[in-house]
Amino acid sequence: MTKVQTTYKRRSFLKVSAAAGGGMILGFNWLMGCKPEGPLPKAIPSEWFDINAFLKIGDTGLVTIYSPNPEIGQNIKTSMPMIVAEELDVNWHDVVVEQAGLNTEWYTRQVAGGSQSIRQGWESLRMAGATARKMLVDTAAEQWGVNAEDCSVANGIISGPNNESIGYGEIAQLASQREVPEEVDLKDPNDFKIIGKSQTNVDLQDIITGKPLFGLDVDKEGMVYAVVLRPPAFGYTLESFDDTDTKAINGVSDVVQFGDKIAVIASNTWAAIKGQKALKAEWKVGPDIEDSAYHDKELLALLDKKADEARREDGDVFAAFDAADEIFERTYEAPFLPHSCLEPMNFYADVNETQAYFLGPIQTPEWTRNRLSKLLDRDPSEIKIDMTRMGGGFGRRLYGDFALEAAEISKLIEKPVKLTFTREDDMTAGTYRPASKFKFKTGIKDGKIDAWYMVETCINGRMWDPMPSNFPAGTIDNFRVDSHVFESNITTGAWRAPYANFLAYAEQAYIDELAMHLGKDPIDLRLELFERARTNPVGEAYNDDGDKFNYDIDKYTGVIKLAREKSNWDQPREGVHLGFSAYYSHNTYVAEVAEVEMENGMPVVKKIICCVDCGIVVNPIAAKNQVEGGIIDGIGHAMYGQFDFEKGRTQQTNYDTYRLIRISEVPEIEVHFVESQNDPTGLGEPTLPPAGGAIANAFAAASGQRFYKQPFVNYKDVIG
Amino acid sequence: MADYTIKVNNELHKISADPDTPILWVLRDQLKLVGTKYGCGIAQCGACTIHLDGVAMRSCVYPISQVGDASITTIEGLSEQANHPLQKAWVEYDVPQCGYCQAGQIMSAAALLKDNRNPSDSDIDQAMHGNICRCGTYLRVKKAIKKAAKSV
Ligand code: FES
Ligand code: FES
Repeated sequence: MTKVQTTYKRRSFLKVSAAAGGGMILGFNWLMGCKPEGPLPKAIPSEWFDINAFLKIGDTGLVTIYSPNPEIGQNIKTSMPMIVAEELDVNWHDVVVEQAGLNTEWYTRQVAGGSQSIRQGWESLRMAGATARKMLVDTAAEQWGVNAEDCSVANGIISGPNNESIGYGEIAQLASQREVPEEVDLKDPNDFKIIGKSQTNVDLQDIITGKPLFGLDVDKEGMVYAVVLRPPAFGYTLESFDDTDTKAINGVSDVVQFGDKIAVIASNTWAAIKGQKALKAEWKVGPDIEDSAYHDKELLALLDKKADEARREDGDVFAAFDAADEIFERTYEAPFLPHSCLEPMNFYADVNETQAYFLGPIQTPEWTRNRLSKLLDRDPSEIKIDMTRMGGGFGRRLYGDFALEAAEISKLIEKPVKLTFTREDDMTAGTYRPASKFKFKTGIKDGKIDAWYMVETCINGRMWDPMPSNFPAGTIDNFRVDSHVFESNITTGAWRAPYANFLAYAEQAYIDELAMHLGKDPIDLRLELFERARTNPVGEAYNDDGDKFNYDIDKYTGVIKLAREKSNWDQPREGVHLGFSAYYSHNTYVAEVAEVEMENGMPVVKKIICCVDCGIVVNPIAAKNQVEGGIIDGIGHAMYGQFDFEKGRTQQTNYDTYRLIRISEVPEIEVHFVESQNDPTGLGEPTLPPAGGAIANAFAAASGQRFYKQPFVNYKDVIG
Repeated sequence: MADYTIKVNNELHKISADPDTPILWVLRDQLKLVGTKYGCGIAQCGACTIHLDGVAMRSCVYPISQVGDASITTIEGLSEQANHPLQKAWVEYDVPQCGYCQAGQIMSAAALLKDNRNPSDSDIDQAMHGNICRCGTYLRVKKAIKKAAKSV
């Protein structure tokens, strides 16, 4: 057991009156719908007692656990409550989960992003359960006149030393009046009963029966529907418009302009969509109209420029290049990408004199509330945001632009409104993964890597700060990383595993080709480099902790060696071509091996073997789902993600022109988690970055052809 | 605007709508059956899949004026108690991630299993090709279909 102080975010553990959703009414059928199999859950309570911001206990012993973080499909609404339930010591079967609204008083970091929910929530979730457990046990012990240490709990029933026994439900009222303990014990991971056991998604029954769950499903009294016409290209502004045809459409009630956008208001979505199409707008073409060919030219030119200041510099790469026997240089190029959440952007807003209420799919409720507060000139306390389940996020729903638009529209028309993006709106008014290019240049001396120089050029951004100290930093005497940012008026933002999503590809494809060039096994080459970092690391500390590089050698080599073993890397099989890739991102270590076989003369990816070190695996069935999803996403976008701009316009506007991976294109995936008792880290992103490299390296093994540009589908002669 | 009587999940509904209104929006906005999802509006993603007389259809491109007396089934009407073999298999394999595509996946799969009790991998690939899962739950979709096929 570990003792922890409850002072950290103590507010969350103080007694709260009417926790989020305090007046929840549950019907028995609803509950049965949630728990279709197994023994009957505890009966519906007639009274609930709030214990802390994370949970309340009903008089029958049924427990409600609030899931504070937004659910985008990363399974947080199941996994986070499991952690609370574990320390509370209840039967998972007796737990009902509810999505909490935004509440900055009670919760820290109500964000879905960076694969950080589990990692950063771990301790406070455990404390929430443990604190409640202690309050319940202390209350029972006091009643029985015994020592709390002599009591035990199993499945929500407290037992005393003299055969006393009482259920949480019977004592919850008294316990809820107790002072919050100063200190609580956390379980030894070896004693976990819920964590580490597969639990299905808490919304599963609602999903498979089509219940309203998502933002687009929101339906409120008096609500109207809005679809917006936005500038059709980056660099355009609105000059004038004619809405005569729009207003003639059945169901269209209003057309309003805000900024360069025009909202069509209607009594149903279809009328609003037709109204949007019928608008005749004149656009003013601004001076900065960009296209992908122009970006390519500019980014390539920047790659050859030495930055004024290196992001990291060990030794002197330029001197080493001069002294090198040989230089090995390659450039890798990635296009923009839209997020393509299957549920298009949308939001519900009701802005009136007395309230500003928002409901919908949002990864960043707090940040969005603060921006809404500025936009509407109202105090954040007057703005309430509730979150729906999200039909995907991938970073797009960090940006809240859709909530801000809904706010403006609701304020203008003085009605509650649900704003819907059509798929075309979603794809053309995105915050895209920026196009980027990476150049790698190695100086080889006496058959060894003596200098490594990486140059990044990226639209509107550059890799985050610790990333220049990623592998292979610390392993090569002369090492330098430069970044160049190219400013564009195209809106860009985080896209699942930002920067890593392509940087990992470039780096892993490069290392593979470099290893071949040096006549080395690509895994051996990596392990040699890690050995250098272990025995005689290169460079100065890059952070305040004194770290010389941004990775843990044991964990990194751990997954690499495991993948080597599980893929039978060292026992070649006739007709099977292997490709290796490993990457550390979002605090999780991943190695992947792709198997490619020839079919009808073309290489086809048949299988991926994936090894992951994410610490304790909270919910194995869901963790595996995330791993599979990340790999499939990584393969899909590396293979098919073609997205370009011409004259400021996206050339792809819907799924007929923008290709996503489909069921027949998915290989088998075998997943291995490293056994670990370390605190858990996230899984929403880390398996994506290495996937592209694994398959490209396997394609190269099969065909001899290297891919320097994504998407690979453009190498038609190689992959058909 | 025109008046129509349509049969959805074995119930008759009187509605009025413009003849070009896709069934999708009648279901979602008028009948409040929101299990059928909007993903693309051009028959490319399968999120809006329903059954029309037992055949899988993309409701986003099927105008209400052409429904006539055909019988519509949506995810809400697929089974009485969420006990269609596919729904059970979906629970067993914990298929969904975000969940948004899943009703469409199940409806396409249900139409497949109606005609084919023992679908091969390529039968599944073919029948499910029109259903995008942006989260990448394809492997579980496939497993769940095979499992359900055994119990149909
Ligand atoms: S919404 Fe109908 S197929 Fe995409
Ligand atoms: S589960 Fe998210 S789109 Fe399929």
